[in-house]
Amino acid sequence: MVKVIIYPTNSLILSDLVERFGHQPIAMMEKIKEKISTVSVDSPPLNITAEDPKMGLKYAAVEVPAGVRGRMAIVGPMIDDAQAGIIVNESPMAFGCMGCARTNELTKYLIRQRDMPVLEVDYPRGDNEEEAKEFVYKIAEFLKSLPKDEEEGKA
Amino acid sequence: MAEGDNDTLTKIVVISSDSVLPVDAAMKIYQSHTDIVIKETCFGTMVTGPRDAVNRVVKEVVDLDRNHIFVKERGFLPGDERRCRSSRGGGPRPGFHYLRHEVQMLPTIGKALDAYDRKAPLKEVKQKKKLDVDKLEDLIESHL
Repeated sequence: MVKVIIYPTNSLILSDLVERFGHQPIAMMEKIKEKISTVSVDSPPLNITAEDPKMGLKYAAVEVPAGVRGRMAIVGPMIDDAQAGIIVNESPMAFGCMGCARTNELTKYLIRQRDMPVLEVDYPRGDNEEEAKEFVYKIAEFLKSLPKDEEEGKA
Repeated sequence: MAEGDNDTLTKIVVISSDSVLPVDAAMKIYQSHTDIVIKETCFGTMVTGPRDAVNRVVKEVVDLDRNHIFVKERGFLPGDERRCRSSRGGGPRPGFHYLRHEVQMLPTIGKALDAYDRKAPLKEVKQKKKLDVDKLEDLIESHL
């Protein structure tokens, strides 16, 4: 089982596909859960402590907007923890909870920079079945090519 | 507001099936006799409880129609006042738009998973390319 970081980091489809093919998705949801359920400062909507901006500084310089650094405090350790990655480009909904285009660019850049297997695909458009098939087939084959257990991965 | 219980898990079960209705999934969960809380929503259900119980129940639900029921973890508990619309004055909750966007794609993703299981061959897909700037210029000038 390999830890696979997904981008968009809160994607239902990617999280499901990674788990379906026997790996562990590294997704935003579980990090948010850790964040809100750890006993610390109670500052809704998230427990932000003084440590978080410092963690963000590891990934983005001090001149970078605070929002990017704050987001990278969560996303950065996810990328460090990953052993493989799936990036889906052309996501029309990479805003809202996903927040900020600069964070998204930095996230994709840092995933690509890691020395690990990375798959890049495009979201299928509308109800185009052939594009959806290509999307699923590529992700399935990529996930099947990853080692199933730790020992296999080290070999 | 910190819950402090790290072994509590919340999962969103999204149903995009022709044969299984959200109410069927909810009944399956009710029948499981485990100590979990469920909330029916417009796209499926949310299941909260001890990690093992939630994983077991969700697996049973997914097995109803494996390629057309999708699951992801959720950070907040159902009804958490930091996310719940009732305490935020209405409007979509954060994250809803993205979920809705992906839910619209699920029928084709489900069909693609069926095809993958059948080992159906993949046809060559012609990718639509963005319009070339030179071609656009030619088009504009041709109408002047």
